[in-house]
Amino acid sequence: MDRRSFIKKMAAASAMMAASTMIPGIMFAHEQESLISDLQGDIEWKKAPCRFCGVGCGVLVGTQNGKAVAVKGDPRSSVNKGLCCMKGYHSIISMYGKDRLKSAWVRKNGKLVETSMEEALDLVASKMQDTIKNHGKDAVSMYGSGQWTIPDGYVASKFMKGCIGTNNLEANARLCMASAVTGFLTSFGLDEPMGCYEDIDYADVFVLWGNNMAEMHPVLFSRLLDRKIKDGATIVDFATRTTRTSRASDRSILFKPNTDLAVANAICYEIINNGWMNTEFVTQHVNFMSGKTKMGYGLEENYKFKDEATKIDFEQYKEFLKDYTPEKVSKISGVSVKDIKYMAALYGDANKKVMSLWCMGMNQHTRGTWINNLVYNVHLLVGKISSPGNGPFSLTGQPSACGTVREVGTLTHKLPHGVVMKEEHREFAAKIWGVPVSNIDPKPSNHTVDMFRALDRGDIRFMWIQVTNPMVTMPKLNRYRDGALKEDRFVVVSDIYPTPTTEIADVILPSAMWVEREGLYGNSERRTQYFEKMVDAPGESMSDTVQIMEVARRMGFEKQFAYKDETHIEEIYNEYRKHHEGKKHNMAPLEVLKNQPGAMWPFVDGKETKWRYNSKYDPACTKEGFDFYGKPEGRAIIWQRPYEPAPEEPDQEYPFWLNTGRVVEHWHTGSMTRRIPVLHKAMPKAYAEINPADAKRLHILDGDQVKLTSRRGSIVIDAMINGRGNPPEGMVFVPFFDEDLKINELTIDAYCPISKQPDYKKCAIQVEKA
Amino acid sequence: MPIKSYLVHPMDGQKDQLIQKLEKIPFCELNPSTNEDIIVMVTDTSSIAEEKELEQKFEAISEIKNMALVSGFDI
Repeated sequence: MDRRSFIKKMAAASAMMAASTMIPGIMFAHEQESLISDLQGDIEWKKAPCRFCGVGCGVLVGTQNGKAVAVKGDPRSSVNKGLCCMKGYHSIISMYGKDRLKSAWVRKNGKLVETSMEEALDLVASKMQDTIKNHGKDAVSMYGSGQWTIPDGYVASKFMKGCIGTNNLEANARLCMASAVTGFLTSFGLDEPMGCYEDIDYADVFVLWGNNMAEMHPVLFSRLLDRKIKDGATIVDFATRTTRTSRASDRSILFKPNTDLAVANAICYEIINNGWMNTEFVTQHVNFMSGKTKMGYGLEENYKFKDEATKIDFEQYKEFLKDYTPEKVSKISGVSVKDIKYMAALYGDANKKVMSLWCMGMNQHTRGTWINNLVYNVHLLVGKISSPGNGPFSLTGQPSACGTVREVGTLTHKLPHGVVMKEEHREFAAKIWGVPVSNIDPKPSNHTVDMFRALDRGDIRFMWIQVTNPMVTMPKLNRYRDGALKEDRFVVVSDIYPTPTTEIADVILPSAMWVEREGLYGNSERRTQYFEKMVDAPGESMSDTVQIMEVARRMGFEKQFAYKDETHIEEIYNEYRKHHEGKKHNMAPLEVLKNQPGAMWPFVDGKETKWRYNSKYDPACTKEGFDFYGKPEGRAIIWQRPYEPAPEEPDQEYPFWLNTGRVVEHWHTGSMTRRIPVLHKAMPKAYAEINPADAKRLHILDGDQVKLTSRRGSIVIDAMINGRGNPPEGMVFVPFFDEDLKINELTIDAYCPISKQPDYKKCAIQVEKA
Repeated sequence: MPIKSYLVHPMDGQKDQLIQKLEKIPFCELNPSTNEDIIVMVTDTSSIAEEKELEQKFEAISEIKNMALVSGFDI
């Protein structure tokens, strides 16, 4: 069969599969069905988690003659039940872009020269060694990703923390999930959601907090819509702009940026004031605390912050909430008293099961930890938590921000189990890693923004970046790009395609992608999913796991990375599992993960734990009923957290808010999805969403070029008016997927002082016709 | 030049008439469903001009209720 005929058959088969997804039981004429059997006859189907978002849809990848040729949803996956979104259906195409990196490149006299992988790895190892020798172990750093597989992150952690002895290990999930983590840790003592996606099947109400779920988690959103259509479930979209999610919801409620803090407190006020509080639950299972306020925003060089918790009682908390009556909050938030009371009544209704869902709106926030705490406060006050249909659910953006960055612990302060600051945790890690405990530094060093600031200053001289694109995603981008290009900095980038980050690299290492190597991801609902190697990676491409091990061995750590080639993933995973043994976090055995579309942890006695902290479902509970065992006395914390404004708000000189985010067609910085022709054509470039009234006032028409300027940079970009999203007056929204229109040249590198996560949703800009 | 596949939905009760019209158009292959009112169509053109001509022909067919592009390959 020639190539053209094969593609025509594949095109027909994909349309038939799409039809059968829409209409189960659809049949085509026998002679056309043979198209599918012709193709399927040779096609081998294997399961994998989707390459893209944190929903973690199960897919089946079809391979033929050594190439991935088809993909469909895995009907056995409880996550997506056979459905995919447009990115998932086209995922395999992203493996075969024309400019795929297949060999290593080294910069010599300012020009990139193609090199053998062996030579490049030798150079990386020797540069790391030289840097450590001349400037100390904390002059080297590694910046990874929530798209790292679990083994990638594990070997990175072992290498950097256990072998070299530096805590300069961070990952891009600092930019997306750190506030979710600190929210969980401060409220419950342990990370990650207590519920699971199955909550969707039981909830009566879904409140979406600043999350355009229709575009960002489309398959999960389709499950919400299914409940709305079939069972009359209510969806409330609580956001700063109108989106496709708003249009699909029962109620769209807009709030002014940063005032979600005030509204959440107002909901708590209403719950208590109306007698809706579950007094028994609160009395038995909750403590009250307050922390420091007016913390700053991390803008100063070498900014440091440490929170201090003070125990308070319910009466003090109730007194604090008097500043958050719906009437007072309505004035600052722009949310009507009626809408605040409406939301509170949904939570307060004892007969309604309520799920709160959020992602970047709450996490990319200079008070991100606080707003996470506040939504937990709402659920704790009414006792709607850790049971089917009732619960706060923090959604993840990346396929393994949970599985790798959070669970393996690829952040400066983390270990696979626990934190570097605690001696017993260091001893535990050192024993499994086979390294002296003195290797593990007890002091966290740099979080992501600080790490790039340190690179700029010269305190860090070497950075190895894997499977992420910081030269598009770092806030206040110009500073950090200029910093990385300074004299005597050495940057290694492992990736699959050329990007603005590979442009600044001294060494580029080609990476194997997704099903070109064996691996595991962990999604938003604590589900670990395994995938086997299905096709060969091109050229000399090598998995990030093996790249790290090869460099580690060259630096003298052969003993710590003595895994066999054929079984290294299994060996790594089995070693990693040891860090999480016990009922609170046991990971499923690899054999289980190989045979089914993933398993949730804690996996105890052959069963997943779907709802944590509830003895009915969680074997880790030590008492009947609710047991928040991550905290002393088994009590969760209701935190007293006030409203504080954003660090940079619109003023006379810069009168607009700038909000940034994503679109359904593109994944993050578009390095994969912009190489999928149909997705690129559907959304070829970024745009600035402008409110129609603002546009009229500024004489801007749809499609006109506009100049956006902040105190940090400017871009010229096409305006979009009355598109898929509509910001309120005084706000502009720009998606960040377009490397030719780097909106992060304008954003601010302010961050939540507790989580260190930057705020990409709020800074001040000027808008004018270009 | 592009190979594309579509799901074509006919106007109510006009599936057969639609199939008859589409069958006459060059560069189109049809795979109608036997038990639903949906037609899988694959188009294969060899130039931009042919592609545009095809689009115009589809626009002129009143029996088409909706065409959903499923996949496209520019080869």
